[in-house]
Amino acid sequence: MRYIMSKAVLERYEALFEQMRGAVSARSSDAAVVVQVGSATCENAAGAPSVWREFERHIKASGRSDIVLHRVGCTGRCSREPIVGVLKPDEMPVKYEKVTRDAVHDIFTSHVVNGAPVTSLMLDASGHGAKYQLVLCAARHCGAAVDGDTEKTFREEIAAAGLDSDDVSVLAANGFGFCGMSPEESAVCVLVRPGNTVYFIRNRDDVRRVVREHLGSGTEVSALRCDAEFVSRRFFSLYGDVAFFNRQNRIALRNAGVIDPERLDEYVRYNGFRAVANALAENDPEAVIAAIEHSQLRGRGGGGYPTALKWASARKSAEKTRYIICNADEGDPGAFMDRSMLESDPFSVIEGMVLGGFATGASRGFFYVRAEYPLAIRRIEHALAQCREQGLLGDNILGSDFSMDLEVRLGAGAFVCGEETALIHSIEGERGQPRIRPPYPTENGLWGKPTVINNVETFANVPALLVYGSDWFRSIGSEKSGGTKVFALAGKVRHTGLIEAPMGMTLREVIYDIGGGVPGGKQLKAVQTGGPAGGMIPETLLDTPIDFDTLGALGSIMGSGGMIVLDEDDCMVDVAKFFMAFCQDESCGKCTPCREGTKRMLDILERIAAGNGEPADLDKLERLAALVQKTSLCGLGRAAPNPVLSTLRRFRDEYEAHVTEKTCPAHKCKALVRYEIITEKCVGCRMCARQCPVACIAGERKQPHEIDQSQCIKCGRCYEVCRFDAVARQ
Amino acid sequence: MNTVVKNTDNREEVRRKSMEALTPEIVAHIEACVQDAQPHSHLIGVLHKVQAHFGYLGADQLDAVAQLLQVPTAKVTGVATFYHFFRLEPRGKYVISVCLGTACYVKGAEQVAERLQEELGIQYGETTTDGLFSLEGTRCLGTCGLAPVVMVEDEVFGDMTADQVPALLEKFSKTED
Amino acid sequence: MSAKKMISLTIDGSQVSAPAGSTIMEAAESTLGIRIPRLCYHPDLSMQGSCRVCIVEVKGVPFYMASCSVTIWPDMEVQTNSPAIRQARRDIVELLLDNHPRACLTCERDGNCELQNAAYAAGVRERLFDGERKRFPIETDSVAVNRNQEKCILCGRCVRTCAEVQGVHNLSQQGRGFTTEVAPAHGCRMDDSVCIQCGQCINACPTAAFTEHSFTEDVWQALADPEKHVVVQTAPAIRATIGEGFGMPPGTPATGQMVTALRRLGFDRVFDTNFTADLTIVEEATELMHRLEHNGPLPLLTSCSPGWVNFLEKFYPELIPYASSCRSPMSMMSSLLKTWYAAEHDLKPENVFVVAIMPCTAKKYESRRPEFVSATGVPDTDAVLTTRELVWMIKNYGINMMTLPESDFDSPLGVSSGAGDIFGATGGVMEAALRMAVEKLTGKAPAEVEFTEVRAVEGLRERELQVNEELTLRIGVANGLTNAKYLLDAVVNQEKTFHVIEVMACPGGCVGGGGQPYPPEGYRIFDQRLLAERAGALYAIDKKKQLRSSNHNPAIQALYKEFLGAPGSEKAHELLHTHYAPRLPRGIR
Repeated sequence: MRYIMSKAVLERYEALFEQMRGAVSARSSDAAVVVQVGSATCENAAGAPSVWREFERHIKASGRSDIVLHRVGCTGRCSREPIVGVLKPDEMPVKYEKVTRDAVHDIFTSHVVNGAPVTSLMLDASGHGAKYQLVLCAARHCGAAVDGDTEKTFREEIAAAGLDSDDVSVLAANGFGFCGMSPEESAVCVLVRPGNTVYFIRNRDDVRRVVREHLGSGTEVSALRCDAEFVSRRFFSLYGDVAFFNRQNRIALRNAGVIDPERLDEYVRYNGFRAVANALAENDPEAVIAAIEHSQLRGRGGGGYPTALKWASARKSAEKTRYIICNADEGDPGAFMDRSMLESDPFSVIEGMVLGGFATGASRGFFYVRAEYPLAIRRIEHALAQCREQGLLGDNILGSDFSMDLEVRLGAGAFVCGEETALIHSIEGERGQPRIRPPYPTENGLWGKPTVINNVETFANVPALLVYGSDWFRSIGSEKSGGTKVFALAGKVRHTGLIEAPMGMTLREVIYDIGGGVPGGKQLKAVQTGGPAGGMIPETLLDTPIDFDTLGALGSIMGSGGMIVLDEDDCMVDVAKFFMAFCQDESCGKCTPCREGTKRMLDILERIAAGNGEPADLDKLERLAALVQKTSLCGLGRAAPNPVLSTLRRFRDEYEAHVTEKTCPAHKCKALVRYEIITEKCVGCRMCARQCPVACIAGERKQPHEIDQSQCIKCGRCYEVCRFDAVARQ
Repeated sequence: MNTVVKNTDNREEVRRKSMEALTPEIVAHIEACVQDAQPHSHLIGVLHKVQAHFGYLGADQLDAVAQLLQVPTAKVTGVATFYHFFRLEPRGKYVISVCLGTACYVKGAEQVAERLQEELGIQYGETTTDGLFSLEGTRCLGTCGLAPVVMVEDEVFGDMTADQVPALLEKFSKTED
Repeated sequence: MSAKKMISLTIDGSQVSAPAGSTIMEAAESTLGIRIPRLCYHPDLSMQGSCRVCIVEVKGVPFYMASCSVTIWPDMEVQTNSPAIRQARRDIVELLLDNHPRACLTCERDGNCELQNAAYAAGVRERLFDGERKRFPIETDSVAVNRNQEKCILCGRCVRTCAEVQGVHNLSQQGRGFTTEVAPAHGCRMDDSVCIQCGQCINACPTAAFTEHSFTEDVWQALADPEKHVVVQTAPAIRATIGEGFGMPPGTPATGQMVTALRRLGFDRVFDTNFTADLTIVEEATELMHRLEHNGPLPLLTSCSPGWVNFLEKFYPELIPYASSCRSPMSMMSSLLKTWYAAEHDLKPENVFVVAIMPCTAKKYESRRPEFVSATGVPDTDAVLTTRELVWMIKNYGINMMTLPESDFDSPLGVSSGAGDIFGATGGVMEAALRMAVEKLTGKAPAEVEFTEVRAVEGLRERELQVNEELTLRIGVANGLTNAKYLLDAVVNQEKTFHVIEVMACPGGCVGGGGQPYPPEGYRIFDQRLLAERAGALYAIDKKKQLRSSNHNPAIQALYKEFLGAPGSEKAHELLHTHYAPRLPRGIR
């Protein structure tokens, strides 16, 4: 009986899969060109909608029906948006950056219609121009290499075959996410473009065959070819040539920038809902939890609590009504992982929640989403409707006897609602204040029932780890943390954006290899991770591998994935003050230490930044920080002092400069900065006087100028505009 | 056993007044929520709908929501004042939100905000006397890649500098002429 | 009954064992007699755990735990007083003080403030973190309850009391973080809110964030005014609690000393609200019998608790026709004083200044209801003082209450039966009414006048009382409005029928009123022991009296004969009865 049911579920899924694959390929089968346009909040803010409309206009005007516009979510390359891809069969995919309406015309006429890519607008044009691109998987965790160095071996064989090295560009990527599927342990994956053929390479002979047969004669080496749909195959075939992307491992973000976030068929096409089908067919919730346990998936919302433990705890409860909640109330300033994921691929989160519901025995789930994310909300609603229509949500999912539905509930701007009990209160329609734990939500949560709350990213990982295997997931990552982590890389870094890196990658690799380092030749001072609950990690510790435990040991936290790079112009007291102000403003006001203590800490920091601090203030600050950390009711309060504690620990000299010498070494704290014109250098060009917003710079033309210190607002404009270095900042 | 008892109930009157303070759509939505097993849990969602329609949560609307959803009014206003997204005062035609997120801060949002305050002559949370602009500091908009970011209504302006402020304001005030 | 499982643990180095399910706070107190300091915790209210004053160190736990909320586990090692805990506790109390006005010496709760006591006990001798303090407008002109949010420490006891004990939900935290305040909806004035003026928020407050609106100055002025004939009446419950204000143990009756003290203060006459309590019973029992004979409407709802009357009008307006039309004993007394008494003594009514000493803040509101104010704007009751205000006046005057001789109330409005005394305890009105009603219905005085089945301090009772072969009275008694809601909902939903329901707004009835002395050392509000002791004083007074039933009070009989005619007469209706109307804002129940 059970067997029959299982078979029926799988058959139903396969039928759906085929139907959807058919629908997807039907849309592009006749297409000579697919023009791909990003469409998430960032993309839209940067002008993606007008770019989309402009392409529509051009396509219509051209009268061609074989040019297809394809909407995708966000690739994560925020600073270069909007990003447009032009895809032609048998040609290398070309990505354009910062596309404007005007640029659309060039791209359309030159590239889309006449086949000549517009090099000046290309995103990372480094590998462009070669006939072939080889993207080598060099996943840091597997260590497989041909003759010790795959890249070198390829280059040697390319030279030996007499091929022009300019015709073949060889790129080392960080990991395709293919591991565990290779026929032998020591195989290396190589992606050959155009055509996006993937080979398993085990030895120099294989290298030679690929070089000679494929690159030399244009014949695919079918014996070495891999046809499996590994996790980020599509992503790498689109973006594998760009360093920013190919240094990443895309699991949670596997579909971001690949699928149309408003089309379920595109999600199913890339194995979407296969994990649900398998789980329902096997009908063993314990096995799902066991797989997650083995994968070492830990909660991505910040705490790093093992997901399997949480699920198992809810499953154990005697109470049979249980709930699943997806926490998408992303509140960290400087973090946008959840938004981007929900806007780019809401389906994997939905599938993760269904799996959570199945594993824990919940039949009702909630998305708790920030109201400030209207596009994400719309896409979730849209995705839920499509899933219901296809029987992937609602009664008897895929014909099984498991039923579940999800609904959206909105947050309303309260950082503390990231705390589980506060979040529950908010869904219940209360003020979002935390309550004392225990009991934990897994025993007594929403409406008093066992409730599992996981972060967006956690859920997004679940389907992938179940389809591609918990061994594989575990192997990517560090000893105690499986998989990857998505970071919102921002601040003083060249490539700001959303990135996904394997656990165990070092901060330096993330910031320099993916992020491109600090712009403007400035010196990196520290990296702030974990948002307002996190801490500052100084430059000297950049080689720390990233995972929950290592960052915790440094006095910071992984948090939900905010990563802000700070350079020499950033004052640590000022940054601590910024986070303290945030925590103080977001304190819910329930418990004394957080409500009153954060205020007093902020008072002291403001005093120090204003030059009114005393040495004793540092002791008071530490005393209060310890108090708030030790005695607050919830995690928000307990973590609120972290930015202060970590800066006091790592950058105490900066604090001391503020309180004893009354100087701000980074020249950031206005009260401690003074601008003066160096008479000997000033040529009297009047530039500074003209630019001064309060007109406090006086002086005759060609005579040295002077700043009226009583009027100066210390905006630094004069310092910036002087071309003769005649303004001194002290 | 009782004689005919005078009707002293004001329930219907209060209900009618409450419905008048809201729109039929919102009333219908609340009535649907009341059918739910946990009607109170829809409070925040209802407030979102009210704010989306009226632009802010007026006292009459809050009272009406309390009566129709049968949630104590003190709790309704307690919730409305807890969450920063909710506004209890009418706002200007264009709401200018300066992102206060970390990335924006690090990249100079403060200077942009100061310039806005200077040009508009208002502080955060205030509205210009002509009712055209309101200025708000908002939590991270999640567009850190474009930092610093200013949002006017739903339109996002990235990579802002203080010097771009006058042109930005002009763009919106000009459409008024 | 099986013995509760015991758990052994270590507290401050001592091996102890306490019942499973105890909190650390309970275990420390029951085993070692250590009373861990607390502010937000109250055993009868829901768990809040927010003040963090009761923190302790538990071995293996990286942060300090709130002992009020953590259940003990085997072999747990607790430190309630390590140097680190003492410093943390001190700092937490200082943080509360730093955001609190430095106005202890001019505060009405000086010497009687839990925050002040906590600061002393925690050893806050200097301010380390002083800074900006929250500022709010202060309400000083409410009819009954004033609100000063600058003194609030956000312990949430008032919010929980208003919601959980009274079911009124008038108070909620508004805003968030450092500038959170406790306020009615929209932060509006208490008088404009659904507040029913019961004053339990005042009792619940550890500081002076809520206080009664004081009328003491009006009274001093009237006493000093030679034109005014100043008379005072004291509610039944005052005699049972006023002693607490002077250090007498709870439950010490102090009727005689109180009367003497009032005379020393300069009141021209000292009357007893008990007299009109008897009058209320005669009128109300008559009303009940009339309704029993004329098909209702039933149940009859008692109407002497003004907090309850406010609740009825705002929360259950559909039940208004069921309420007894009898004025409260206070208002009956005041009405008689301004009419009959003034005429008898040839006084102009406006020159008779009536002061009522009440256990209650809602009585201040009642005294200003338009129904009880003359056409020329003179209220029947000129000033209502709470027990606490009277205690203060006596102290202010310098009268040594403890050494005062006893004296009697003035006649005739000071003569009362024991039935009047027990009005001050929950179930008392019911028992008093039964003493008369049973006699009237059966034609003979009941053999046992103590209807102990309606006594008790717990909040809710439903009883059946067989009066005779035809009639079994179904009786409901509730104190605390959450309990009342239970009975009222049963009536509204037609799930239960009653003949008569007594509702007292305050837990324990008037002995637990919103104007009663703050609980003495070792007691807390809603403390069943405290309420029972106070009620015990009233039952003791009743027991000692010869006169136990209101209808046998000769002064009452004389009043009817000389002035009012018969119970329920037109005159009685004019002077002793009233009416009610639905009021806005409507409460949500």
